[in-house]
Amino acid sequence: MSDTKIGSKAAPVRFDGVSKVFGKNVVAVDNIDLHVAAGKLVTLLGPSGCGKTTTLRMIAGLEMASSGKILIGERDVTKLPATDRDVSMVFQSYALFPHMTVLENVMYGLTFSGFGMGEARSRAMNGLELVGLKGFDNRLPSELSGGQQQRVAVARALVLEPQVLLFDEPLSNLDAKLRRQVREDIRAIQQDLGLTVVYVTHDQEEALAVSDEIVVMRNAAIAQIGTPRQLYDAPNDRFVADFIGEANLLACQIVAVNGDQATIDIEGYRYTLAARGLPVGPATIAVRPSRLVITPDQGIPATVAKATYVGVRMEYTLTGRFGQVFAVHEDVDTPLSPGTEVRMGFADKGPVLLPEE
Amino acid sequence: MTDTAPKTTHPALIFWIVAGWVGYCLLPWYMVEDGLWSFQWLVDGYPFDEDYAPAFFLIGQGAKLWLAPLLVPLALPLFVLGRAKSDPLYARFLILAGALGFSWLIAQGFSIGIRGFSFDWLEALFGELGDRQFGMGYGAMICASAFLFLLTQGIAARGAINGDVFVVGAIGGVITIVTAFVFFPIAKMLFAAFVTEEGAYSLSVFASKFFDDRLWGLGCFWGARCGAAWNSLFLAILVGFITTALGLCFALVVTRSGFRHKRALRALTVLPIITPPFVIGLALILLFGLSGSVTQFFAELFGTQPTRWLYGMPGVLIAQTLAFTPIAFLVLIGVVEGVSPSMEEAAQTLRANRWQTFKTVSLPLMRPGLANAFLLGFIESMADFGNPLVLGGNFDVLSTEIFFAIVGAQYDQGRAAVLAMVLLFFTLSAFYAQRVWLGKKSYTTVTGKGDAGVHPLMPTGLSVPVLVIALGWAAFTIVVYAMIVYGSVVELWGVNNSLTFKHYVTAFSVRLEDEGIRWTGAAWDSFWTTISIAAIAAPLTAAVGLVTAYLLTRQSFAGKNAFEFGTMLSFAIPGTVIGVSYILAFNVPPIEITGTGVILVVSFIFRNMPVGVRAGIASMSQLDRSLDESSLTLGANSWQTFRRIILPLLRPAILAALVYSFVRAMTAISAVIFLVSAEYDMATSYIIGRVENNDYGLAIAYSTTLIFVMLTAVGLLQLLVGRVRIGRRTQHGTEKSS
Repeated sequence: MSDTKIGSKAAPVRFDGVSKVFGKNVVAVDNIDLHVAAGKLVTLLGPSGCGKTTTLRMIAGLEMASSGKILIGERDVTKLPATDRDVSMVFQSYALFPHMTVLENVMYGLTFSGFGMGEARSRAMNGLELVGLKGFDNRLPSELSGGQQQRVAVARALVLEPQVLLFDEPLSNLDAKLRRQVREDIRAIQQDLGLTVVYVTHDQEEALAVSDEIVVMRNAAIAQIGTPRQLYDAPNDRFVADFIGEANLLACQIVAVNGDQATIDIEGYRYTLAARGLPVGPATIAVRPSRLVITPDQGIPATVAKATYVGVRMEYTLTGRFGQVFAVHEDVDTPLSPGTEVRMGFADKGPVLLPEE
Repeated sequence: MTDTAPKTTHPALIFWIVAGWVGYCLLPWYMVEDGLWSFQWLVDGYPFDEDYAPAFFLIGQGAKLWLAPLLVPLALPLFVLGRAKSDPLYARFLILAGALGFSWLIAQGFSIGIRGFSFDWLEALFGELGDRQFGMGYGAMICASAFLFLLTQGIAARGAINGDVFVVGAIGGVITIVTAFVFFPIAKMLFAAFVTEEGAYSLSVFASKFFDDRLWGLGCFWGARCGAAWNSLFLAILVGFITTALGLCFALVVTRSGFRHKRALRALTVLPIITPPFVIGLALILLFGLSGSVTQFFAELFGTQPTRWLYGMPGVLIAQTLAFTPIAFLVLIGVVEGVSPSMEEAAQTLRANRWQTFKTVSLPLMRPGLANAFLLGFIESMADFGNPLVLGGNFDVLSTEIFFAIVGAQYDQGRAAVLAMVLLFFTLSAFYAQRVWLGKKSYTTVTGKGDAGVHPLMPTGLSVPVLVIALGWAAFTIVVYAMIVYGSVVELWGVNNSLTFKHYVTAFSVRLEDEGIRWTGAAWDSFWTTISIAAIAAPLTAAVGLVTAYLLTRQSFAGKNAFEFGTMLSFAIPGTVIGVSYILAFNVPPIEITGTGVILVVSFIFRNMPVGVRAGIASMSQLDRSLDESSLTLGANSWQTFRRIILPLLRPAILAALVYSFVRAMTAISAVIFLVSAEYDMATSYIIGRVENNDYGLAIAYSTTLIFVMLTAVGLLQLLVGRVRIGRRTQHGTEKSS
């Protein structure tokens, strides 16, 4: 008997100038280049209709690229149908076959991979054990809870030891509490087995939590690729800044550039940060709500327009000549009331200049 | 378990190459005279006798040399056996082989017939051909399929539909058989309309037949007779309106009234499925005919002479209304239930009273459904053959005129073709209107999401007349059906009213003898033929229908809309038209099947295919697409997905398609009556024959038997489908032992 432990044959995925056009002129994916390293979890993130699911389905072979080249490992798979690619996918609806038991579902793919019945069975059992569903093998999918169904879907994809494992918004049908749990399980399994995973979501928090790397997409193109921290701390543009976490966008004036440091001015408030190659002149700065510091005396004059208590923190809407910003504050015991005149400054780290578009 | 080296063995390819060679070298090339199911030829001089010889032996003997070129396309695919699918040569060779072989087969089939060359210009070119050939048999058909599927495999290898061999093959297969058995005969029939008696083509022949007074005359406005076209049109419009109105009444009673026995009303919808079309006409004769009970009763009461008022427009109208109201009911019940209760509730909260709600919200939302029901009634009435034949009298309609043009003393193929064209024009226009105009206008607003609320009741001013009409008509229907059963046990209706089982005995007597049961009854022959033909046709119909439905719901390919239109088209082609066109197309090579059982099976498959397609589409669109996709990403190919995921989940739909195509095959008359032969007589045409000999007792007894047989079949289906669902539900609760 061979070792039936689930292993991994993780392989990198590469997109070279891939486009997908539906019908005559609906461009779903527009000439993207993408590299997913072996053993990494990469998230495709973006608003609905940005082309992320189409990109995922092109990796799976459920959609065929209109132009460009797709490589999995060393192999050019651009023209291969889903059946012939070594990729498996976890669907948003799980797509468990309702007329088969849990075990039959998990064994389904193995029977097409040349395993004997006994081998397929023991591999499937291992997969179920891995997702913590030992003993559920004779149930029908309809007898499982949503979270359990989800894990069966994961097991079914895992046992094939695919070169790439795909997730299409796998958590969207789960309730908020379960979501955190399952997402941590997925991440743990991925890291333990060293799988290459491509993961689609529109939830930025989910993306930040699970990813090695995030690909933000907009209008069929890639807006930015980076680690969660890069995207959060140094967004390329307004869209990324606003989509990954909330960001306050403020107009400012760059008054001096010194090497890679720039000094900006907003209504007399001076602040120094990375210049990112921008020259002296008008610019835009993105500041996370948590990086806004509210003080009684120093900084930009503002008025508290709205104050909301949400338990772990206070949320404030501040208005002033700069417009309107959103700030959060850890101090819930001495809240500011609407109408209070305050001053607003930035934390030492966090704010970032956005390149002009 | 991944082999990164591309696969070089192709089981499907090997299968079809072998099939091609077997068809060419081992099986009789031409149609064996005793039919497909006779294997007499095996011991009768095969393989050297010219009648039974495979193509290979024919050429070896120096005969039918035009079959020799087929060896080239048969050999071509052998060269790519060891090649990978992505190799451009693989696709090119297969496409070349398939296209060459298939087109050569077709071309030789059409150009060389029973009298040598079929076209004068061929004879002029090559001189007289001393040889001839008959219809395609096993060998030719298998060879043709092999070429077809080699071609589709080549096309798939070029990347069509993601290189999916099964899907491309299925599309190619469905297109080929629909072309061969729907479009080809219709086209052939259209050409027949232009042929003169000498066999030349002429427009004036068509014109003289088309502008015939018997077709378009308007004499009925001044006392003479109207043309058949106008008669059919008037009748169909009337039937459409009346059945829609009655169907709406029934639907309203069932969904929007406090009437208690709604389930019993719903049972009415099963009637048209199990009733052979002309049976209602027979029952009406028993009631209102010259010696009918009602006629006699009133004649005695008023001392008047009984009249033949029933025979003609009134009788046909009543019979068709009785027959097709349940169909309208079935359509409208969905429409009336489909109007979202929340729309009506919204109207009520906006201060509309019940009558205003019904008039301003419910009824307008039902309008497309009403138009749909009207068009269905129109098409059914146009296509109906049995009732006009039994009750028509001097009232000529197109469908019966076609029949008389072919069968009667006049035997005028051209006239039959012209009449069929007119009939086809009417039904296709209605079909087109239904698809194009109504397709975009469905207001059925209930979605899959739980839509709370109940339908409001009808306003009282409306509910009373609606209830009266519906119940009145239901009572009439029950009386008519009771008459059928009663009529079957009466000695001689109107003359000798004593009860007897004589008719059943004549039809279905059996004698037990030494060598076993002897089926001595007059009806057994046609009965068993009907059962076996229907039983052969049913699974084939279901298979073709479901594969088509799968292609329509699950795959996208260029020309899909045309494909869908083509497959649903046969719904709008009246049976008489199919009958005529089959006779014209299939009594000469290359497909020569008139007078066999095969032609009946084929006609049933393509007449009933839309039923299977609809059943398949309805249930397949309820299966989420991600089920297929996940099966594909798990390594199953599309054939495995179809077999292991879709088919098991469709079991109820398959059963339904099976039973309905079986039952419809048993009740069909319009196409059948052209295609039956002495050897293969069907129940319905046998009954019509009895009616024409005024042997009503036997006809009615036989019809009653048929109704009960089909009632059993439908009942069995309900039971089975019900059990399939329950079976799955009980598994949920209890642990399934494996």
